[in-house]
Amino acid sequence: MSGQKPIETDVIIVGAGPIGLFAVFELGLLDLKAHLVDILDRPGGQCTELYPEKPIYDIPGLPIVTGQELVDRLLEQIKPFKPEFHFGEMASGLTKQPDGRWKLSTDAGTEIVAPVVVIAAGAGSFVPKRPPIPGIEAYEGRSVHYAVRRMEDFRDKNVLIAGGGDSALDWTLNLAPIAKSLTLVHHRDGFRASGHSVNRMRELVSAGKIAFHVASVKALHGEGGQLAAVTLQTPDKREWQQDTELFMPFFGLTIKLGPIAEFGIALHENLIPVDTAKFESRTPGIFGIGDIVTYPGKLKLILSGFHEAALMAQAAFHICRPNDKLRFQYTTSSSNLQKKLGVA
Amino acid sequence: MKIIAKDRNGKETEIEGREGWTIMEILRDAGLPISAECGGACACATCHVYVEEGWYEKLTPPSESEVDMLDMALAVQPNSRLSCQLICSEELDGIRVTLAPE
Repeated sequence: MSGQKPIETDVIIVGAGPIGLFAVFELGLLDLKAHLVDILDRPGGQCTELYPEKPIYDIPGLPIVTGQELVDRLLEQIKPFKPEFHFGEMASGLTKQPDGRWKLSTDAGTEIVAPVVVIAAGAGSFVPKRPPIPGIEAYEGRSVHYAVRRMEDFRDKNVLIAGGGDSALDWTLNLAPIAKSLTLVHHRDGFRASGHSVNRMRELVSAGKIAFHVASVKALHGEGGQLAAVTLQTPDKREWQQDTELFMPFFGLTIKLGPIAEFGIALHENLIPVDTAKFESRTPGIFGIGDIVTYPGKLKLILSGFHEAALMAQAAFHICRPNDKLRFQYTTSSSNLQKKLGVA
Repeated sequence: MKIIAKDRNGKETEIEGREGWTIMEILRDAGLPISAECGGACACATCHVYVEEGWYEKLTPPSESEVDMLDMALAVQPNSRLSCQLICSEELDGIRVTLAPE
């Protein structure tokens, strides 16, 4: 997207978890427009990625709500403010513009300029879990992949897949017809993946089209980032080597702080220290809300993040609209706010 | 009850458990490097520990959801458990666990 004009808005929110979503509401009441960037391909952050079906009991006014339901309700609540989402993109760089505004760039090439940036990134970015195999980093990108970008790259290759979830089984089934050989390894002869996929995988094994072993990958062998073979080990410590050119480990996602650490914002133990009146970091114009911030008495609760979003929005207004007076109003009684919400 | 926890460098720490709390909570609150990203919902497999032989057998067997979730853990061994699913009790006094690699 280089060469394209950057998007201009009032507030850039990094992270579309529950707190980033609610920030849209509080900003919207003050007529501030927001763009949200999230590395995941859908809204909700940890709520939808880690526990969509688990009940949450400590949201005020909702005695019980699942992670997914809470996110669905927040999306409904912020709909009148028409937030713009940039999903599947990692916020990768943040620079100050000559006019004092901030420019956020993503790994997909999107550029957004705004006077206010709100980091609502929870514990950071969801990234694939890397198995603890010595030297695996050297093979990443060439022989070790955590996602399939082009299926053609797997044609006529000796492919190894590790894992027992849906991703592992889905790619086993999808790549089996084009790979030269395909081996699935998992630590047990049982799978978290859907029964239908497991049955189809077992049919392919019976037909001799793919191999399945209860085993794990102990070592990688190759040169210059090109994998040649792997050592597999069974739970009873039997080992053997197998020709492998491409290895795909599928163990889900974990959270790493990621590029936020390089944004130049002061951090304390991977958290952003903020003041408790405005929730601004030590860099003016950059705010922090939710699990990513620290201050005396901070609790990592969704309800605390909601409060932080409300106060942040008040401070953001003064930066975005320096010449306007902020009038505090209640949604219950203000026909102005009700109009914005589309209910009056 | 006491928990003897070995970190990823092999350093052992003896920690006082609390009846009814999970072993994950005790390890985390003692400052051990256990990420427990989902906070104990059996949803992330980042509180993975190895339970020493002799103690593993004394534990309540893993639920179906824990067995499923262990599929997302790294370097699973026959004595792997998710520590957010292990509840402290007097019967487990002296239990020895090792943090699994991240």
